[in-house]
Amino acid sequence: MTVTSLAPGTRTAAAADVPSPAASFVRARRAARGRVTLGRVVHAEWIKFRSVRSTVLALLATVGAVVALGLLFSGVHSGVIGADTIGLQPGSAAGPVEVSLGGVNLGQLIIGVLGVILVSGEYATGMIRPTLTAVPRRLPVLWGKTLVFGGVVMAAMLVATFTAFLAGQALIGTAGASLSGAGVLRAVIGAAVYLTGVGVIGLAAGAILRRAAAAIAVLFTVVLVVPGLLPLLPYSWNGAVGPYLPSNAGTAFMTATHAAGSLAPWTGLGVFAGYVVAALAVAAVLLKRRDA
Amino acid sequence: MIEVKNLSKRYGPRAAVDDLTFTARPGTVTGFLGPNGAGKSTTMRMIVGLDAPTSGTVTVNGRRYADHPAPIQEIGALLDARAVHPSRSAYNHLRVIAATTGISRRRVDEVIDLVGLRGAARKPAGSFSLGMSQRLGIATALLGDPETVLLDEPVNGLDPEGVLWIRNLLKALAAEGRTVFVSSHLMSEMALAAEHLVVIGRGRLIADVPIAEFTARACVTSVRVRSPRAAALGELLAGPEVSITSSERGVLEITGLSVEQIGERAVQAGICLYELSPQQASLEDVFMELTHDSVEYRATVEAAPVGRAA
Repeated sequence: MTVTSLAPGTRTAAAADVPSPAASFVRARRAARGRVTLGRVVHAEWIKFRSVRSTVLALLATVGAVVALGLLFSGVHSGVIGADTIGLQPGSAAGPVEVSLGGVNLGQLIIGVLGVILVSGEYATGMIRPTLTAVPRRLPVLWGKTLVFGGVVMAAMLVATFTAFLAGQALIGTAGASLSGAGVLRAVIGAAVYLTGVGVIGLAAGAILRRAAAAIAVLFTVVLVVPGLLPLLPYSWNGAVGPYLPSNAGTAFMTATHAAGSLAPWTGLGVFAGYVVAALAVAAVLLKRRDA
Repeated sequence: MIEVKNLSKRYGPRAAVDDLTFTARPGTVTGFLGPNGAGKSTTMRMIVGLDAPTSGTVTVNGRRYADHPAPIQEIGALLDARAVHPSRSAYNHLRVIAATTGISRRRVDEVIDLVGLRGAARKPAGSFSLGMSQRLGIATALLGDPETVLLDEPVNGLDPEGVLWIRNLLKALAAEGRTVFVSSHLMSEMALAAEHLVVIGRGRLIADVPIAEFTARACVTSVRVRSPRAAALGELLAGPEVSITSSERGVLEITGLSVEQIGERAVQAGICLYELSPQQASLEDVFMELTHDSVEYRATVEAAPVGRAA
């Protein structure tokens, strides 16, 4: 506990006066004198991500929600669960693919909140200060977080959407879709892309607003509330604006069957990607500009 | 080496730091002293680039902090010991910071041993006492083996053993040729650890002096003399080594002469004394006096020879 626990060793002549200078400093100086690189910041963010249990649990919860709800909806759709075929009229847009991916609606909320908390949590705990002191150019922190979070979430969501799809089709049986069907593979991968994108938008919202409550409120408003309100507006507004909302643009590329009035799948992906990039760009400018 | 030049930080009309200029030099423990709210933390945040100055510049080892390719190997900072994720272990916290410049796990283990946290390193940082958090903060600051060490109130929350440990650590770091810049609002602690003092109040520089000068000022004893013939006594006692001031009618504050000398010379001259008492200022008194009103005392300490002021 005292300074005498330091190993002997000197760096300057003056150090001889001190009973126990720290030789350990000198060793580290030779061993690891490194620049801050994006790769290293990614590594640091990866250690951060996996060393807090709640983030890992939230990720697993998202996978669970996507798979479990997908199975539930598929079960209902096929008549395995319940006697009625609820809501889904014959000929409706929701085919077996969309039904098995229905868990995305809940999953996006969990993953969006996780994205928010990943950044707002650093402001709440103060961890942002040691983080930005270590990386004073700041932007690598945002890119590092985005890469780590985006990568991990993408991997987990691919597992989730493929599991939900395959298990769901197994439940639906002969009426089910196959991955080789038109647009099916795109829809299953698209669902994972959408979930990852919502997570990254959450992350950016957390960086922009810094407080979890505010960022989650904004995220939910954009993803859930606005699309729900649009049908109450004049039809022409709905037709002009509706397809370009993030959630509707997402739906365009994560459904196998193209619904009337929605964007073409690749257009939808482009629009959705635009939201993600715009959110990150605002976050980057503010991170660079504001006092931490 | 930390060089602060004309540094200011304004929040609206209020200046948290106002035209501050000083240098913290290598091989020296520089104490950064001021009452709470004087702008110490804001200054330190600007040094490591967390806050942007409204005007002025600050460089660390000759460059703006953010321009260093390996920042934490230039300056190790402890700004707020509680600023860690509470559910992450101390070990993983250090690993995160170390990873940004590729510092090895072995170095992480070294600093853990250095601050005496071996037993608690795997526990969540949120379960730490303030003293343990301070040790973790110091471990973080030392990770990169930095040339310059910056610590904001490092002795807060430490037990007496911990305070002694910090004091020795600071001296050892400075003896190795490092720049050590430590803030405190406790004069007594600084008197024991620092060799140079930068004192600020209301964001302005009050004093930038070697600690020896500061303590000499505190140790100066004056003698208070009350006499109906104060003016005559003053003329009698005046001399090259003697300073005499009067703050109220009939009362003299005399430095440079002992109580005995004054008493004997008064008797010889037949001057009656009503009061003859030695006065001594403690370090805390000097500090309080200095920071009591930054503007009034600003020039006094910097310009006036010690022992004549006030």
